[in-house]
Amino acid sequence: MDTSIKVLIVDDFATMRRILKNILKQLGFKNLVEADDGTSAWDVLENQSIDLIISDWNMPKMTGLELLKKVRADSRYAGKPFLMVTAEAQKQNVIEAVQAGVSNYVVKPFTAEAISDKLEKILR
Amino acid sequence: MDVALINPFINATLNVLETMAFIKVVPGKPYVKKDNVAVGDVTGILGLTGIANGTISVSFEEHCILTIVSNMFGETMERLDDDITDAVGELTNMISGQARRELEQIGKVFKAAIPSVVTGKNHSIRHYSDGPKIAIPFNTDGGDFTIEVCFER
Repeated sequence: MDTSIKVLIVDDFATMRRILKNILKQLGFKNLVEADDGTSAWDVLENQSIDLIISDWNMPKMTGLELLKKVRADSRYAGKPFLMVTAEAQKQNVIEAVQAGVSNYVVKPFTAEAISDKLEKILR
Repeated sequence: MDVALINPFINATLNVLETMAFIKVVPGKPYVKKDNVAVGDVTGILGLTGIANGTISVSFEEHCILTIVSNMFGETMERLDDDITDAVGELTNMISGQARRELEQIGKVFKAAIPSVVTGKNHSIRHYSDGPKIAIPFNTDGGDFTIEVCFER
């Protein structure tokens, strides 16, 4: 797993961004950027070279699903790996995310191992 | 209130805190709460809509939430600040999500709003419906917290 890549962490809760950052740092990732909703995340994508997006679903302004659809619809970013980390785990949510092209899906609450396993699958 | 609506919130609370904060949580006996005063110093509250409309709240004693968030972050938290408020919101969100997943498995589908957080000694909890407030106390080594579940009659 290439840990030199630049990762964008998107969540409206600073708590979750902090937990994810801690886990990613433990896994060896150093190049981490944060955004607190889909709109801010899109600004980051437009201005920085991002290799992996890790996003919550339920956020104000632009949800994670809306961000995912926007990313997949734009040829500049369509191929970027996109990991959804969310408390939204009802069947319909998972179906919608898969149909929108999510790379993988982690349900909150999660362990560090769950994040590591999903990243291994996405980035290998 | 349909008792089947309560257990998923107890299970979700145990799972969320044991997974994210590595903390042993022991549930107490549920009771009907008569007043609006929070049993704790900081409360996350979240609206639910679906087969019934209602709210859930999670109220933590100060020492309890400081212990929980310290474990989540891997560093000692010493006071009720914005970091703690944010963490309570996210914990409420995760408990709701996990409980809604279990409720879906018994055919009860709910959507959740974004949680809000209230802090302060003896603050009030305003549930959105006038149904009975079922309170479930929980004990941890770091202190106590209480969940309230309230759905319309």
